Amino acid sequence: MANEMALKKGKFGLKSFALSRKKEKDDEMETSRMVKSDGTKVGDIVFVVICVLISLICLVPMINLLARSLSGTDFLVRREVYLLPKGLNIDAYSTVLGDPKYVKSFFWTVFLTVICTFISLTMTVLCAYPLIFNKLKGRSFFNIVITITMFFNAGTIPNYLLMKELNLLDNPLVLIIPGCMSVYNMIIMRSFFYGIPDSLRESAEIDGASFFRILWSIYLPLSKPVIATLALFYAVGRWNGYSDALMYMKNKDFYPLQLLLYNILNNMNSVEVATQEGFSTPGLSESLKAAIVMFSTIPILCIYPFLQKYFIHGVTLGAVKE
Amino acid sequence: MKVLATKNAAVSTTSFNWKAYIKRYWQLYALLLLPMLYLLIFKYIPMKYVLIAFKKYSIVQKVGEMPWADNHGFQYFIQAFHNKDFLNALRNTVCLNLLDLVIGFPIPIIFALILNELNIKWFKKTVQTIAYMPHFLSWVIIYGLAIQLFAPGNGLVNMVITNLGGDAVPFLNDPGKWVGTYIFLGIWQSFGWNSIIYLAAIAGISPELYEAASVDGAGRFRKMWHITLPGIKSTIVVLLIMALGNILGSAFDRPFALQNNLVMQNAEVISTFVYKNGIKGLQFSLTTAVGLFQSVVGVFFLLFANWLSRKLGERGIW
Repeated sequence: MANEMALKKGKFGLKSFALSRKKEKDDEMETSRMVKSDGTKVGDIVFVVICVLISLICLVPMINLLARSLSGTDFLVRREVYLLPKGLNIDAYSTVLGDPKYVKSFFWTVFLTVICTFISLTMTVLCAYPLIFNKLKGRSFFNIVITITMFFNAGTIPNYLLMKELNLLDNPLVLIIPGCMSVYNMIIMRSFFYGIPDSLRESAEIDGASFFRILWSIYLPLSKPVIATLALFYAVGRWNGYSDALMYMKNKDFYPLQLLLYNILNNMNSVEVATQEGFSTPGLSESLKAAIVMFSTIPILCIYPFLQKYFIHGVTLGAVKE
Repeated sequence: MKVLATKNAAVSTTSFNWKAYIKRYWQLYALLLLPMLYLLIFKYIPMKYVLIAFKKYSIVQKVGEMPWADNHGFQYFIQAFHNKDFLNALRNTVCLNLLDLVIGFPIPIIFALILNELNIKWFKKTVQTIAYMPHFLSWVIIYGLAIQLFAPGNGLVNMVITNLGGDAVPFLNDPGKWVGTYIFLGIWQSFGWNSIIYLAAIAGISPELYEAASVDGAGRFRKMWHITLPGIKSTIVVLLIMALGNILGSAFDRPFALQNNLVMQNAEVISTFVYKNGIKGLQFSLTTAVGLFQSVVGVFFLLFANWLSRKLGERGIW
């Protein structure tokens, strides 16, 4: 270890190549002081400024959107709204909240998201937990069955024909069942389970606990961080997904919010193209559009910051192969 | 004879008590039942419909009963490669993915390096939270934001440009500029999220190395270049190779949400081509053939990328 360090140090000028072990302790004190003061103040400021700029690039679109959704029609038509709302009012929001079409779709999407997250988490645990037992006969077979699905996907049309055969087209279940387990998320959960010491499980086995019981009383309580992460991934996936509804769902009553939003934006956009040639004025429609976008993104924006420390861990777990 | 006897003995000593095993382990199989059923139905059964690529699709017949397509079943593949729209979609898929890779790949690495230089903890965390935000927006919402930002008349960017005396730029409606917008939005959405993995890799580098470098008088950038970058090299290589393996892959949500009729020559990719000609246009055989082509080539790309990764002395992706 000391040798290795010395070698690495050697790269930077050989000054400390021959440091004796005894001296290392004093040295550590010295370096820790140096680490704090080594970067110049100017350098620090440059990095802070860069980070502020990057944050602004991320935030400006959202701020602009918020400003537009709260602005008065006249100011929008005169193109005076930049980052602060002008002629502050909440007409657009009251229009959105007063329209049963949006509110119904909102609650349907909330319902879908909750149900899907619950089912997906259950399926993920059911799949990941048995696979950590070395003694399970056929474990490698199951692993192969799972891995193949990651590399080869039958494709859009075969999936569509399957939904047709299963009578799932235009059935609300099509938004729940086909996506009810992600193999990637399952692997994240399995990696987490592997990280739980075997000794815990083995002592429980010796005490005569059943596998259900070990899962319920040992693994699940210890897995709260990864469960929170995967719950976020599944919830975001369902909340943001629209392609399955676009392909499999014709009944507008069951449109999730994102698909509804897509249709609204596209219809309005064609109106807007017309207005540029002077046919009509974009007024409330524009703040309305901004309000609808805001309305359909707020729930997730309110949740994700609180789960930050968990999902960072989850992403890292996904990258680690067993 | 003697050999046989010892063999038998070996078998009997290791002979497996199935009864006891099942009695103890049935619970695990019971737990696996639902997930495996799910994979069977939704991942494996669709594979039988892949045969449609080689058959003349008919709505009233089962897959097995449909007549084989002409040219030994490869009629639809030949047709696809004579189809101008498909060739265009193929070109766009590869070009957009390559641009994403070349422009978008280094940015999360640079961002992670910058974040790593921040000493104020709360500031670093705030920047991270803000940078992760776009990842949680759906592509439909990003499309909505893009309209508000880039619309020629009243988009924020164009308002600034015209106020400064310039001409409005058709970011969304000009095929060439649309590509730039598409790449920019892709990077905007994912750079923060993709930096997580590099940050984790950086966190795994031993602090002793930095201390030693400081002792030797290495400055900030020398440490970045000689310690941080080599420390995350294998992460970079693995992610780069995965991205290369996915060069023919095409997600649906992003291109479909962002494209519009004026820019189709650059915006149509394979996934949207399949949706429009298959589910909307009902040319099931042709689009299944296209999808199969994409899947198979994709698998080969991935195998090749993994082989390359190992050849370069890095761990493969599996």
